[in-house]
Amino acid sequence: MEGFVIIESVCNKDSTESRHIISVKSLTKVFGHDYEKALEIHRKGRSKKEVYEETGVTIALDNVSFDVIRGETFVLMGLSGSGKSTLLRCLNRLIDPTNGDILIDGEDIIAKNSDDLREIRRRKLGMIFQNFALLPHRTVLDNVAFGLEIMGVSKEERLKRSEEVLRMVGLEGHGASMPSELSGGMKQRVGLARALTSDPDILLMDEAFSALDPLIRRDMQDELLELQERLGKTIIFVTHDLDEALKLGNHIALMKDGAIVQIGTPEEILTNPENAYVEKFVADVDLTRALSAKDVMREPGVVAQCTAGPRVAMHLMEEHDIPQIFIVTRQHQFKGLVTLEDTVGAVKAGKGIPDILITAIPIVAPDASLGDIITLIVEGPYPVAVVDETNRLRGVISRGAILAALARKGEGPHGTT
Amino acid sequence: MELPKLPVGDVVEVIVKWIGTYFKGLLEAISDGLQFIVSGFEDILLVIPAPVLILIISVLVWFVTRHDIKMTVLTALGLLLIWDLGLWELSMLTLVLVLISTIIALALSIPLGIGAARSDTLNSAIKPFLDFMQTMPSFVYLIPAVIFFGLGSVPGIIATVIFAMPPALRLTNLGIRQVPVELVEVADAFGCTSRQKLFKVQIPVALPTIMTGVNQCIMLALSMTVIASMIGAGGLGYQVLVGIQRVDIGMGFEAGLAIVILAIILDRITQNLVPKYANK
Repeated sequence: MEGFVIIESVCNKDSTESRHIISVKSLTKVFGHDYEKALEIHRKGRSKKEVYEETGVTIALDNVSFDVIRGETFVLMGLSGSGKSTLLRCLNRLIDPTNGDILIDGEDIIAKNSDDLREIRRRKLGMIFQNFALLPHRTVLDNVAFGLEIMGVSKEERLKRSEEVLRMVGLEGHGASMPSELSGGMKQRVGLARALTSDPDILLMDEAFSALDPLIRRDMQDELLELQERLGKTIIFVTHDLDEALKLGNHIALMKDGAIVQIGTPEEILTNPENAYVEKFVADVDLTRALSAKDVMREPGVVAQCTAGPRVAMHLMEEHDIPQIFIVTRQHQFKGLVTLEDTVGAVKAGKGIPDILITAIPIVAPDASLGDIITLIVEGPYPVAVVDETNRLRGVISRGAILAALARKGEGPHGTT
Repeated sequence: MELPKLPVGDVVEVIVKWIGTYFKGLLEAISDGLQFIVSGFEDILLVIPAPVLILIISVLVWFVTRHDIKMTVLTALGLLLIWDLGLWELSMLTLVLVLISTIIALALSIPLGIGAARSDTLNSAIKPFLDFMQTMPSFVYLIPAVIFFGLGSVPGIIATVIFAMPPALRLTNLGIRQVPVELVEVADAFGCTSRQKLFKVQIPVALPTIMTGVNQCIMLALSMTVIASMIGAGGLGYQVLVGIQRVDIGMGFEAGLAIVILAIILDRITQNLVPKYANK
C-alpha cells in the first residue's frame, strides 16, 4: 500500500513538470536602492505608494506566482503600471528580478550565466513588441531572419526559412520591402514572423496588438488563435484590454500594483470575480461582444417535422401556448417557421405546411456575437434561430433571452453598486 | 588688494616644453609619417589631369546622390571654375589636408563615441575635454602644434584633427544612446552578444546621426585648414591669407569661392552616403 502511494506521487510530479512549461514562484522586482528595507515595510502592510514616499523604492512586482501550461495562451492583464510588462521581461531576463524563481522547462532561468541565458533566449523564447520594433535599416526578409542570423545560421538557410515563415503569416512577396513601407498590421505580422523563425517554444507578446486599429486588431487576434492551433506554441500575452484577454486567453492573470489579483479561465474571471477590483474591471467589458449566440440561446424545445400536417403543428402550439413553431426535417435540419394564425387558416383551407412555411427568418451561427444578434432581432418580428454549419437547429433566441443575459451581470453573486 | 597671479600659463609652457623634449622621437615619427602621406596623396591627385579628376568626382556625385543630375552638373561646373581660376593645385592640397584630417579625426572620435555611449563613466570623463576642445578658440591649437611639429602641413593636420573631432564624437554617442529602447530589447531578447548588438542593431540604427557627425567633422576640417594656413599648411587657405596681407580683394575672393565650392561638394557627398529610411 505504501509503495503504491509513492509511485503515485512520483507520477504526479512527472506530470506536473511536463504540464507546466513555465513556473514562476514568489517573483519580486523592486527598482531602487535599499530594497530590503522597502520590502520589509511593504510586508508590514504599507501600500506601494507609501513605500515609495518613505524609501524612494518602487515595488514593480510583489510576490508573484503562477504556472503556465504547455501549449496554452496565458494572458497577463492589468492597467498601465500594474507590472505586467515588467513581469513579461523578467521571464527572459530583459529585467533581472530581485527575488524569486522562474523555471522554464524545469530550468532555473535566474541561475543561468549570460552564455546559457543567451542560448535560451535564442532557442526557446520569441518576443513580440508593442510598437513592432522592426529594424528600420533591414528589409522585411532580413528582419525576419534576424534571430537565425544571430545564431550563425548560413545565409541561404535562414533566408529560406524566413520565406516560409513570411508565407505562414500571409506576407509572401513582401520580403524585399522596407518596414517603413508597411502598414501597422503588416509590421506586426513581420514582428510575429521574426519571433517564429527560430521556432521557439514560448512566445512573449507585449501588448502586441495594442497599437493597431480595432478592425485589424481583431483580424490579428483571429490569426493568432489559428496559428496557435496549428503550431501549439505557449504564448504569454500582455494586454490592458479585457475583451482581448477573454478572447485569447486559456488562463488570465489579472494584475494590480505589481501583484496578481486573480488567475482563472475567462469564464471564471467573468462570472466569479474574486474581489471588487476584478469586478470593476469586468464591469467594463462589453457583454454584447463577450457573449455569443450559444451563451444566450435556449433549447429549441418543441419543433414540428415538415412531414407532419398543419393539425399536428396547431395542436403543439396550442398545447405549449406559443404563437409560432419551428419546422425541421426528420434529420433535424432547419426549414423555417409557421405561425399559429397561418396554421389555423391552413387547416380550414386544407393546405399543407410547405404552403405557409416562413423561411425569411433571421439565422445566426452559434458563435455569432450578441451585438450582431441584437440588430437582427430588433428589425424582425420573429425570434432568431441558431443554426450550426450542418444546418441543424441548435437553439432559439428571443428578445427576452437577450435582455436576461445582459441583466444577469447585475444579479451576480456580489452584486454591483 | 591684489591677488597673486596663478602661474597657469607658465605651467602649460613647462608641460609643453617637457613633452617637446622627452617625446621628440615620437613627435618626429608622427611628423614624418604624416608628411609622407600628405605628399603621396597630393602627388596622386596631381598626377591625374584636372579634367579627368573633374569627371571622376562628378560621376561619384552622380552615384552618391542617386542620380541627382542638377547636383552633378553643378559639381562639374564648380570644379571647372576652380581649374579655370588657376587654383586647381592649391585646391587639391586643401582636399588632401581635409581628407587626411577627417580620417584621423573619425578614427579617433567614432570608437570613443561608441565607448562613451556604452559607458557612463567614460562619457562623463570625456565630456569636459569635449567642452574644452569646442570652446577654446581654434587659433590656440596652432601654438602647441607649431611647438611640437614645427611649421607646415603636419601641425595644420594635428590642429585640424583636434578641432574637428568633438562633433563626430558627440553625435556618435548621441546616436547610439538614442536608439529606441525596444530595438535594444529586440537585440537582447533574440540573444545577441554584446558585439552583435553593437554592429547589427545599435550602429546601423544610429548611422544617420553618426553620418551627420561625419559631415560636421568634414566641414569643420575644411574651415580649420584655412586657419591652419597661418602656420604654413598650404592650400587655398594660404591664398586667402596672402590676399589679406596684400589687401588683394580679388585674390582672396577667388580662393574663398574655391573653398565654398569644395565645401558644398563634400557636404552633398557625405549627406547622401546613408540611405534615408523613415522611422516607423
